Amino acid sequence: MAVELPFEKPLIELRLKIEELKQFTEEKGIDMSVEVATLEAKAKALAESIYRDLTPWQKVQIARHPERPTTLDYIRGMCDDFVELHGDRSFREDAAIVGGIARFDGYPITVVGTQKGRDTKENIFRNFGMAHPEGYRKALRLMKQAEKFGRPVLTFIDTAGAYPGTGAEERGQGEAIARNLIEMAALRVPIVCIVTGEGGSGGALGLGIGDRLLMLEHAYYSVIAPESAAALLWKDASQGQRAANAMSITAQDLFRFGIVDEVLPEPFGGAHRDPAAMIRTVKTAVSGALASLRERPSVDLSTSRYDKYRSMGVVMGGATHSRLVDTAVGDEGTNGAELEPEVQDSRH
Amino acid sequence: MLKDLFPKKKRYATVAPHPGARDKVPEGLIEKCKRCGQILLGKELEKHLKTCPHCGYHFTLTAPERIQITLDEGSFEEFDADLTPGDPLLFPDYPSRVAKAQEATGLRQGVVTGRGAICGCPVVVGVMDSRFIMGSMGSVVGEKLARAVEAAVKFGLPVVLFTVSGGARMQEGIFSLMQMAKISTALARLNESGLLYIAVLTNPTTGGVTASFAMQGDIHLAEPGATIGFAGRRIIEPLIRQKLPDEFQTAEFVLEHGMLDQVVHRKDMRTLLATILSLHPQGGETVGCGTAL
Ligand SMILES: [Zn+2]
Repeated sequence: MAVELPFEKPLIELRLKIEELKQFTEEKGIDMSVEVATLEAKAKALAESIYRDLTPWQKVQIARHPERPTTLDYIRGMCDDFVELHGDRSFREDAAIVGGIARFDGYPITVVGTQKGRDTKENIFRNFGMAHPEGYRKALRLMKQAEKFGRPVLTFIDTAGAYPGTGAEERGQGEAIARNLIEMAALRVPIVCIVTGEGGSGGALGLGIGDRLLMLEHAYYSVIAPESAAALLWKDASQGQRAANAMSITAQDLFRFGIVDEVLPEPFGGAHRDPAAMIRTVKTAVSGALASLRERPSVDLSTSRYDKYRSMGVVMGGATHSRLVDTAVGDEGTNGAELEPEVQDSRH
Repeated sequence: MLKDLFPKKKRYATVAPHPGARDKVPEGLIEKCKRCGQILLGKELEKHLKTCPHCGYHFTLTAPERIQITLDEGSFEEFDADLTPGDPLLFPDYPSRVAKAQEATGLRQGVVTGRGAICGCPVVVGVMDSRFIMGSMGSVVGEKLARAVEAAVKFGLPVVLFTVSGGARMQEGIFSLMQMAKISTALARLNESGLLYIAVLTNPTTGGVTASFAMQGDIHLAEPGATIGFAGRRIIEPLIRQKLPDEFQTAEFVLEHGMLDQVVHRKDMRTLLATILSLHPQGGETVGCGTAL
């Protein structure tokens, strides 16, 4: 039943062999326990070596694993009294984004997230977790509602990207995402965002502006899908592995860049190996993040959210910007826009 | 002549054209209209602000050309001209691509920002340049636009941004994506300050720029025929296994679907901008605004 990933094959073969030996012991009554113990030690070491140093491309495969917990799994596993709310109030309901109100740590919160399906039928219903503009507009409606009632917002991000289709373009996919960005930047309640699987470009960012950005250990977040990058760069979509390596898309990369605030460890081998443990880890992290944000006045939140995004990016020069900016804006400093020293050192 | 687009008399520093860039535009240049195929003389093209007098096709403008035809002569003062891209991911060939683009355009980066006036109305402007790695959005584009918007807030000025972009700067990875967030937070502040923001979408405006500041204006204008969209037709067509009609994602199509306020011929843009600006008086600075119409 378990879906195996290509790089896990040697481990799975070894585990099968162990099972065979165990069965042999039982059936024939010959004691093979020493051999079994040896192989089990070997399997453990092999698993360690495979999962400890996953390549970016292997992480992408784990992030896309069909048995990985979905947004609804997290919401139901972490919250009480979840009431799902539907519709954008102007065009239609989009099942690729789910949302509603729930109780978390005893407080009401608003939850929103992209939703993938478990099987083909459900994936067609969920459009593989790729939202249309109405999905982003539903999300915004729920976030504005959260603002009205003064409750924090929790967003779950697991999408290959916003859906690229005719209807999506006609109804303003760009406008819908753009509006979410500017509205989330200004929302007067705390926002915590978690990338649980795939963080696919603008479609992910459309739910991704907040006060804290968390990422699961094997999740990825990228400006463009590795395969699409490969198609553009080398005219070859099968070079996704090469692109994944070149583009620094892992949670560890983003943490190093200061874009992600916290990386949440996954159960050994990936979240799908122990969904209950993963949900507990996420719950604890969200609980901590919300506790630190809940008491902060909205003015304070707005300032720190501004500074957080304002500092993102790597630019060079600018020590002598124009006279006008020097005298007028310069007193606020460059807001950390200058190159981070460790990045600079690695090149120059 | 094209060199007239860069007047020598300036009160402030203007974007200096790179000598190499000027050399590539010989006098008496002849161009073929990309839509109707008519052969156009450089002089004729220039007189019509680089639009085809026969069919109305709008040729792409460089950032210095756009500034020249939009702002009052000598009014432009550039911000942050010296910012250049870093290479945060140590991406293969990125520094050499940047160097090539700098050499070809004479610009340090794909956007020019500054302050100036349109028919006497003071504004902060940002103009993207499609020649610079397809007008893609890297950290410097984000930083310069965010700083320009901050300057506008500081001085209580309206903002006009001219967009042209193929989307993300892939070579800057996640930093490119986060520029969408950065500019959005800056524009959210501008909103809170009650200041006007006009987005002018030019050909092409796609991807992350469409999904951020191009669609966050109080007023959205576009040039005729400009391609405007989020996902490009090269992505959509294989997905739906159909050829999309020619008008798909044109400015006119986007207007019809409610995402734009007006599609405006280039010859009328400056006047319209001045009118809109004059309808948004902002403090003492607007005295005399619009009188030069
Ligand atoms: Zn023509």
